[in-house]
Amino acid sequence: MHVHFLDPYRPLPSPVHALDGRVKFVLAVAFILTVSLTPFGAWPVYLLLLSLMLSVEILSGLGVGYVLRRASLALPFVLAVFPLLFTTPGSALLKLPLGTWTLVLTAEGALCFANVAVKSWLSVQAAIVLASSTPFPDLLLAMRAVRIPRLLVAMFGLMWRYLFVLADEALRLMRARAARSGLVRQPSRSAGRLRPGGSLAWRARVAGGMAGSLFLRAIDRSDRIYVAMLSRGYDGEVRSFALPPVSSGARVTLVTGLTVLGLLWLSGTLVWG
Amino acid sequence: MFNRPAPMHLPDGFLSTIVSIVFWAISALTLAYALRRTGKDLGERQLPLMGVLAAAIFAGQMLNFSVTGGTSGHLLGAAIATILVGPWPAVIVMTTVVSIQALIFQDGGLLALGANLFNMAVVGVAVSYFVYTSLRRLVPQRPWSTLVGGFVAAWSSIFIASLSAALQLAISGTSPANIAVPAMAGIHALIGVGEGMITVGALTFLVATRRDLLAREQAGSRGGVGVWVFGLGIALALAVLSPLASANPDGLEWVAEQKGFLEAARSPLYNLIPDYVLPGVSNEALATILAGVAGTLIVFAVTLGVAYLRRSRKNTV
Amino acid sequence: MHHSIDVHDLVFSYPDGHPALRGVSFGIAPGEKVAIVGPNGAGKSTLLLHLNGILRGAGQVSVCGQLLSDQTLGPIRSAVGMVFQDPDDQLFSPTVFDDVAFGPMYQGLPEPEVRARVTTALADVGMAGRVNRVSHHLSSGEKKRIAIATVLAMEPEVLVLDEPTAGLDPRARRDLIRLLRELPQTMLVSTHDLRMVQELFLRTIVMDEGVVCSDGPTADLLAAPDVLHAHGLEVP
Repeated sequence: MHVHFLDPYRPLPSPVHALDGRVKFVLAVAFILTVSLTPFGAWPVYLLLLSLMLSVEILSGLGVGYVLRRASLALPFVLAVFPLLFTTPGSALLKLPLGTWTLVLTAEGALCFANVAVKSWLSVQAAIVLASSTPFPDLLLAMRAVRIPRLLVAMFGLMWRYLFVLADEALRLMRARAARSGLVRQPSRSAGRLRPGGSLAWRARVAGGMAGSLFLRAIDRSDRIYVAMLSRGYDGEVRSFALPPVSSGARVTLVTGLTVLGLLWLSGTLVWG
Repeated sequence: MFNRPAPMHLPDGFLSTIVSIVFWAISALTLAYALRRTGKDLGERQLPLMGVLAAAIFAGQMLNFSVTGGTSGHLLGAAIATILVGPWPAVIVMTTVVSIQALIFQDGGLLALGANLFNMAVVGVAVSYFVYTSLRRLVPQRPWSTLVGGFVAAWSSIFIASLSAALQLAISGTSPANIAVPAMAGIHALIGVGEGMITVGALTFLVATRRDLLAREQAGSRGGVGVWVFGLGIALALAVLSPLASANPDGLEWVAEQKGFLEAARSPLYNLIPDYVLPGVSNEALATILAGVAGTLIVFAVTLGVAYLRRSRKNTV
Repeated sequence: MHHSIDVHDLVFSYPDGHPALRGVSFGIAPGEKVAIVGPNGAGKSTLLLHLNGILRGAGQVSVCGQLLSDQTLGPIRSAVGMVFQDPDDQLFSPTVFDDVAFGPMYQGLPEPEVRARVTTALADVGMAGRVNRVSHHLSSGEKKRIAIATVLAMEPEVLVLDEPTAGLDPRARRDLIRLLRELPQTMLVSTHDLRMVQELFLRTIVMDEGVVCSDGPTADLLAAPDVLHAHGLEVP
């Protein structure tokens, strides 16, 4: 069994997919930066950014549904901002009595909450589109293009490559564990419900043992990889080809994208900043 | 789909732009130094070892175990990485893990990555190193010192890193410190136990089967006084600051002073240092937090400077 | 004319004291295809690792007339194409292209030459269309062939393979045997697959407990079942 689903890249014949990975990377980061710099309350700018994002999603063939579904996984963190609804001073919208306390939901609080939620939601969509429309090797190229040290990029490449190998091994360990763990009926608790057996500490130790086994295999494998690298002439220095030139079409897209984002930021700052 | 709760990986939109950029700078500098340092210690072996270890930690995060009916605990890995390969390589390993998590799986934002790297790859590693080496030195060479050291190091790394994340949220104005700190600290005090248990399990396995491996990797990597001092410093700073920040005698007073946050949040770039941080102004708690952070950064800078000087002196002697 | 591989009195013990090689000697002429067989623990893999200097024991190893030493490690590693048992250990780059280009790049060749080598090597193993694939999407048979391509791209004089047919399904095994038959290089293969040895290799070396027990025509060996059984092997 292979852990293919770990790889978010979906090859599709879309102009977004075909666009140079370096340009996409820069535009994605620029988008997130623009979102971050957009002042609170600049709703028209958020709306424009959202429509921009949705257009890209549709153009890429990934589909708005797919992107939004993945984006919802990041949602739980928004709960962390929940308190802001009640702690920000301002005009009260709602009063929730809780015993001796009264939680006051303020308009300002709701505004703050909404801003954080929208910023977060927009940013994660950009990251999803980037990862889903760009093959990982192209992302590595993009990292080199923005001057991330070659050694680090090579390490990212190695990690990604062996992610799938080790995830397969981890899955095998988990299936072996599942095959050997029956679920135990515990009548003293809830009537007849099945629960995993053993104490918490024991289960943690088993999980830890599996982790240890995984690490051991990883270290052993790294030894063998090192031998294979040496056999092909590795001398400690990371070598790679020169970066291919950026096509004029990609360049145009880059400049256009940055200009649009720049204008959005500017208008947001001038009017609401 | 593997649904991995990542309560410490801050998404984009939660930190102000300034905070994000500042922590990006700090993490980038630390990483640059770690790369140089690791090159000297491990040589050409480093690439496959650290790359595959990063993959193992990520894969290890899939090995969950059920804590109660619905939730599950899983591994972050800073402690085990530090114990296995030493602090500087661990910084690189954790950087790789956290970066790939952000880029490919959206565990944590891209702009916020700098801050997340600081919390998990720098603070997490430094605190692990400090706790582990201290405990092992205090209890010399007992068979269980590795395991106890591992547990406490793992728990502390998660706990202290979460305080750092909470304070980042507080400074950004996203979540007031008196809520963010207890919430993060509380959740991660529990998660830290899971991390500790898995770390101990992994170490038990490795000690039993390949003690030589453990010794080999640990012998090959050095951390040095600098890391130890920083680990101590950051742990103290955060552990002291956080209750300070969150303990406000009067919650309403805090909320009133919060009004400053709204102003600052609206124009994040132009109010580089919000008024209320300047000495003598209303929000003392925030002033304390920021002073603490500044102090930590100074400790860090001094530590790096000292470590760097010691290294260059060693080379010239 | 010098031998492609010349091993004289090779002795090696692992750091834990376990003696893996206790005086191994043999020579392989250019163009020969030789199989090494023997039980697990005989020292076959250890021996192979000496041929390109990964392990260094007492005794002499010469490749294409050059004595193995610290100075000749580079050229010897170019001349000896080592293919390991687990292709996942050898395919460590993000794409197939990167992996096959690795060897030529570290040989210091200019970019266009590297690209040409990659194209040729992939064509030689019948994987021409796979150049941009990512390794984990390949089947184990495909991975084995790409692994061979990664060393072919270095244009080695000798190919050394450790258990090439291990873990392959019958069809992939057949494809690999056909490939090994077609490749012109001098070949030294360590294997348990005696049926493949019978098909491809005219000469077989039997190793057991760190020494060479027999070295001669394959047909002779396969006609002596008692010798085979004595060294943990079975008649195919």
